[in-house]
Amino acid sequence: MTAAAHDHGAQLPPLPGHTSRGRLERVLRAGEFAVTAELNPPDSADPNEVFERGAVFDGWVDGINATDGSGANCHMSSVGICALLTRVGYSPVMQISCRDHNRIAIQGNVLGAAAMGVNNILCLTGDGVQAGDQPGAKPVFDLDSMSLLRTIRQMRDEGRFLSGRKITSPPQVFLGAAINPFAPPYDFRPHRLAKKIEAGAQFVQSQYCFDIVMLERYMEMVRDMGLDEQCFILIGVGPLASARAAKWIRANVPGIHIPDAVIERLEGAADQKLEGKKICIEMLQQVHEMKGVSGAHVMAYRQEELVAEIVHESGVLKGRRPWKRENNPDFEAVSGAFESVKEQIRHPVDPAEAVAAVSEEH
Amino acid sequence: MPRSAYQPASRSPVTRSRAFYSVRLWSVRHSRGLERIYKLLAGIFLKLHPFWTFVGYKRAEKPVVLVEKAVKSFLFDCRMCGQCALSDTGMSCPMNCPKSLRNGPCGGVRANGNCEVEPDMPCVWVEAWKGSRHMRAGDNILKVQPPVDHSWRGSSAWLRATAEAAEEKAAAKEGAPTS
Repeated sequence: MTAAAHDHGAQLPPLPGHTSRGRLERVLRAGEFAVTAELNPPDSADPNEVFERGAVFDGWVDGINATDGSGANCHMSSVGICALLTRVGYSPVMQISCRDHNRIAIQGNVLGAAAMGVNNILCLTGDGVQAGDQPGAKPVFDLDSMSLLRTIRQMRDEGRFLSGRKITSPPQVFLGAAINPFAPPYDFRPHRLAKKIEAGAQFVQSQYCFDIVMLERYMEMVRDMGLDEQCFILIGVGPLASARAAKWIRANVPGIHIPDAVIERLEGAADQKLEGKKICIEMLQQVHEMKGVSGAHVMAYRQEELVAEIVHESGVLKGRRPWKRENNPDFEAVSGAFESVKEQIRHPVDPAEAVAAVSEEH
Repeated sequence: MPRSAYQPASRSPVTRSRAFYSVRLWSVRHSRGLERIYKLLAGIFLKLHPFWTFVGYKRAEKPVVLVEKAVKSFLFDCRMCGQCALSDTGMSCPMNCPKSLRNGPCGGVRANGNCEVEPDMPCVWVEAWKGSRHMRAGDNILKVQPPVDHSWRGSSAWLRATAEAAEEKAAAKEGAPTS
C-alpha cells in the first residue's frame, strides 16, 4: 500500500495554525457556516447499521457526532462508531462523557480514536446514571468536562499523559465542549464558556435552541467578553415531532428549554411534524444570521432523515457542498458492504427529490 | 420516545426534602463571614507550623481530621475529599454535586435552580455562584480546578493547605535575600 493510499481517508495534509487534520476545523477556520449532525447510535453489533445511519447525512454535514451513551442509555460505544465511520472516510466528532470512564480509560480511548483517524473530540460531563435505562450503575465522574478538556489538550500540545509520562505520537485533535445557554444560573453561563475555552475548548456545540431571545441575551454577554473570537460556537437546533413530544421533552429531559409559544404553535398546526420542521428551519436561519455564531448542530433524534431537508431548505450552506463520502481503498470490503446497504434502504441520495416527495405528500 | 427516559421527582435516589439542606444553604448565604473566619483559622494554623512539625504532620492528621470532619460536615455537608475548594466555590461544597463537578454547573440544571439528578436539592453550583458573589475572593470561581486526586480522600485539607503555605513561605524567605 502506498503512502498516498493511506492518506486517502479522512486525514488531510496538516496546515499551520490547525491542531487537527480534519474537515470540521478547516471549514470553521475558513469562516464558513459549519453544520454538524448527531448519529443515533444502534443497539446492535452490525456495522452496516452505523453506515446506514451515517449515509443519511452524506453531503450535507461537516461532522457527525458519535454520542457516548447519551441520556445514560447503553448503545454502541462512541469509539466503535467512530472507528467504523472513519473507515469509510466520514469525519466524526467523538463524544466522551465522564460518566462511564475514569481518567485511565479516557486517555487510552483518546489515543485509540486518534489512531483510527478521529480528528474531533467533544468533551462532556454526561447525564447522570439515573436518567438512563440502568440507574443502578456506578456513576464514575472521575474527571469533569473541564478537566477532561485540559487533559486531552495536555496530551496533544505537550505530548504527555496526565501523569507526565511521554506520548511518542500525540493525538492531533480539534477539541470541543458543550454549552447550555438555556439553564440557570444564566449570568454564570458565559463565564463557564470562558473557563472551557481556558481549559482548551476550540469549538462548542449548544443544547437545543428553541428560544432565540434567550440565545441572543447569552450571545450578547459572550460577544462582550470577546469569547466568540476565541472559539467557534455551533448552536443546536432540531425538529420537534409533535406538541405532545415537546411537552414530554420539556417535562422529562433535563436541560431542554421549550417556550410555551413553540408548543402552542405546534398544537395549532394541522400537520404537527411539518410544523416542527418549519420551526427548526426558522431557528436555523435566525441562528445563521446571529453575530458570533459559526455554525449549527442539527439534532434530529429518530428523524435523522430530515436533516438533509432542513439544511437544504434553510439555505444556510449558501450552495456550499460539504464533503461527500468517497470509497476508502484501504477498506474495500467495508465500502462494498456500505454500497449494498445504501441500495437496500433506498435512502434519498438527492435531497431535492426527497423534498419534492415530502411536499407532494402534504 | 424511550421508556427509559428521565423520570423526575419520584426517582430521587435518596428521599430528601429542602429542609435537609438548610444548614448548607445558610453557609452559602453567609459566605462572606465564613471566608473571613477561614482566613483567620488558616493564619493560626500556619503560625502553629512549628508545632505541627514537632508533633509530626502525620500524627496530627487523625485528631485534626476528627475536628475538621465534624465542623465541615455540619456546615457544608463536607465529603472529606481532602482538597478543599470551598473558598473558591462560594462556600458550597462541589463534592455534593451528584456528578462531582468541580468547575461549574452542568447543562441539566432545572429552571427552578434545582439539581437534575436530585430534583429536591438546590443545584450546588447555582448556590456556589450566589455565594461567590458575596465573597471578597469570589472571582476564584472562574479558576479552572484540577481533577480530584482520589488518593487524598479522607485526609485533612487544613493540614495539607498549612503545609503547602509553610513551604511557600519558606521558599519565599530563601528566595528573598538573593533577589
